[in-house]
Amino acid sequence: MKIDRRLIQAFAIVCGATLLWLLLTMGLIAATLERSQRDLLAEHLMPSLALVGLTWVLGLVPMAVALRWLFQRFATAPARLLEQTRVLLAAPHSAPLNHQGTTETKALAEAIFELASQRNALRDDVAAQIAQANKSVQQEKNRLAALMSELTQSVVVCNLDGRIILYNNRARLQFKTMSQAPDLAGGAELVGIGRSIYAVFERQLVAHALESIQQRSSRGAGSPSAQFVTTTQAGQLLKVQMAPVRNVEASGDTAEISGFVLMLDNVTRAFEEEHLRDQLLHGLTEGSRSSLASIQAAVEMLAFPDLEAPMRERFLAVVREEVSSMSQRITDMTQKATEGLKARWPLEEMLGADVLLAAQRRIEVRNSRSVTLENLDTAIWLKVDSFSLTQALDYLAMRLVDEFDVKFFRLRLQASGARAQLDLIWTGQVMSTETVMSWEMDPIRFGQESTPLTVRDVVERHGGEMWFERERVRHEAFFRFLLPLASVQEQLEATQILHNDSRPEYYDFDLFQMSDQSSALDDRLLSELSYTVFDTETTGLNPSQGDEIIQIGAARCVNGKLLRQESFEQLVDPGRLISAASIPIHGITQDMVDGKPGITEVLPAFYAFAQDTVLVAHNAAFDMKFLQLQEVHTDLVFNHPVLDTLLLSAVVHPNQESHRLEMIAERFNITVLGRHTALGDAMVTAEVLLRLIPLLQAMGITTLRQAREASQKTFYARLKY
Amino acid sequence: MSQKILVADDEPNIVISLEYLLKREGYAVTIARDGQEALDAIARDQPDLVLLDVMMPKKSGFEVCQELRLNEAMQHIKILMLTAKGRDTDVAKGLALGADAYMTKPFATRDLVQKVAQMLGRSA
Repeated sequence: MKIDRRLIQAFAIVCGATLLWLLLTMGLIAATLERSQRDLLAEHLMPSLALVGLTWVLGLVPMAVALRWLFQRFATAPARLLEQTRVLLAAPHSAPLNHQGTTETKALAEAIFELASQRNALRDDVAAQIAQANKSVQQEKNRLAALMSELTQSVVVCNLDGRIILYNNRARLQFKTMSQAPDLAGGAELVGIGRSIYAVFERQLVAHALESIQQRSSRGAGSPSAQFVTTTQAGQLLKVQMAPVRNVEASGDTAEISGFVLMLDNVTRAFEEEHLRDQLLHGLTEGSRSSLASIQAAVEMLAFPDLEAPMRERFLAVVREEVSSMSQRITDMTQKATEGLKARWPLEEMLGADVLLAAQRRIEVRNSRSVTLENLDTAIWLKVDSFSLTQALDYLAMRLVDEFDVKFFRLRLQASGARAQLDLIWTGQVMSTETVMSWEMDPIRFGQESTPLTVRDVVERHGGEMWFERERVRHEAFFRFLLPLASVQEQLEATQILHNDSRPEYYDFDLFQMSDQSSALDDRLLSELSYTVFDTETTGLNPSQGDEIIQIGAARCVNGKLLRQESFEQLVDPGRLISAASIPIHGITQDMVDGKPGITEVLPAFYAFAQDTVLVAHNAAFDMKFLQLQEVHTDLVFNHPVLDTLLLSAVVHPNQESHRLEMIAERFNITVLGRHTALGDAMVTAEVLLRLIPLLQAMGITTLRQAREASQKTFYARLKY
Repeated sequence: MSQKILVADDEPNIVISLEYLLKREGYAVTIARDGQEALDAIARDQPDLVLLDVMMPKKSGFEVCQELRLNEAMQHIKILMLTAKGRDTDVAKGLALGADAYMTKPFATRDLVQKVAQMLGRSA
């Protein structure tokens, strides 16, 4: 048992005090006595002096016990309470103090516990509020991202450095048409989180627009925006509307611009149509004016009574020629106008089958008649206003039911040249063409519900035609609608929008805080760099002996996130035979690469994709060797900084035997899908990289420079190809 | 001596009528089928008036007009521009470049004859 020093001190003081008291008493007694008496007393007392010492010591014992009890009661109890309080201070949740002590310290313990409880309540409250706020911020972010991805307008949000923070699906498709290698990189080399918008637009153009916004806002404009039209490298005409993104300051005084929103509209097609329309108009006016002038002059010459016969014949020839050329011009023009000029009514691209299904449902519900769909061609894409079209079909069906008691309907859709034929078919009694065709001019009306539209209006909206036809042999009749088909480009866009179900990682608002001003790449933090993680499949293992790349796959990591939507995958024609031995490994056969672009076409696209990023590969030396050997052919020098996940893994886990990708993935518990396709491997490597970065940070390796230096020191760095 | 008129137009179908008409009115008529030919003919024949079509190959009527007005010796030559362009901006441009009058195709031949006579100081 440990004895407190203060207890020993107190005991020593008691010993000293009683001893002093004894000596003082004896001294005082001695002072009052005569010398003889004193000697006598000494003589009697001396032998029993040991007895005096004994009683003193015996007297000390109860005092020591009392002292110890008092000490325990009044000094140790507060010390215990202090310890218990300290525990309480550190604990995340407080338990009641089980304190044994004096009444006062017990009360104190209770008060402390109450304080602690109050603190806990406050703490929980704050945590709950933070969680709530986080949740709503996240919800808002998600809502915004969802909204953006559904928008049919292209939206790109950038920070002041022009780095893309958010973009939507439509923008992605639009950038695809702007890409110089649309089939290879698919626009992913242009639009991507963290990529620079200046790859698409000239820096000055954007700077100018920003400046004019700033000017306008300094003059007090409420919501200043700027607009510009520009041609892209791929020759597309873009109308761009820019609006600023402002920092919301707590003070609310200076709302500094922290970025901008771009709304893109590809006006190439609209512009071409406008141009065509202009040309037609021009041909109509100027061409006709000249012809009319010739005709008018000739006719007026013909009016002279004294005109000789040969001259007369010549003027008549002029009239005939000009009249026929005008007729020809007008025929051409009508043709072009109906072909090329789309109706101004906004039509949307829709799968023909969907239009039929909608019409079927509508007619069945309203008329309680069965409608069947006939040999449905699912490859037909229409460009329609589906609402008014189904309304028109429904209206015609209703009139047929009401006036001729038609029992069954069939809907049929087939392509016919540049248009589609949509037929509403029925069997039954013969009706006159005049009767049914008069319906097309009646306003569409269902009971009380009426519209100002007629079937004719609907047909004209589509720049189409509609008529009534009879097949006597089969006792059938039908209304035939001629409708415009969607162009191939429109079909493509519509399909992609249709098939893109997953909500993509198209935004990263943290990039608002990032700035290009931070130091050179080498001193940037690993966690804030952009990476292109790639892998190649090759015909064999010896690049210097003629083995070639047959597939490149790459993924992007920005701001610590793997961007699954922004990937690159391309088969490459190696220009030589793929060795049979390697086929089981990568599964790529000769006929898969035949007709694919060659490496000199693919590398520029990949180069653009990897711009401004750190290249990462597993066993990067191997892949880099292939890239470097192509430098002579493509003039592209891949001098990006390079990181190797194999080496980084060796840095982090020096005691592991294997640093094969599968083994590392297993260690990190990464699910491996599509291994041994270039993109599959690149994705796994990217996941590995993202897990390695925090481990490197824990070792004090935080910058790119440190990571490269550490890689070089590992044993594996000596392995050279 | 009869007054000389140059008809500069690349449309033979209008030229044939204009030539017939103006000859009938007693003018000496020469023909040019493009802008360059028109400038050459003007330099050679020194006509009193040019009927100048705007849309011509090689040189447009506007260019011919402008070059003509740059030459001091040719200031007396009257220019009547003919055009199929109906926009008022074209009329303004033609007059600014030195044309004396402007007619938009199609036109009544009677008006043309009147206009020509008036410009040449003849009573119709």
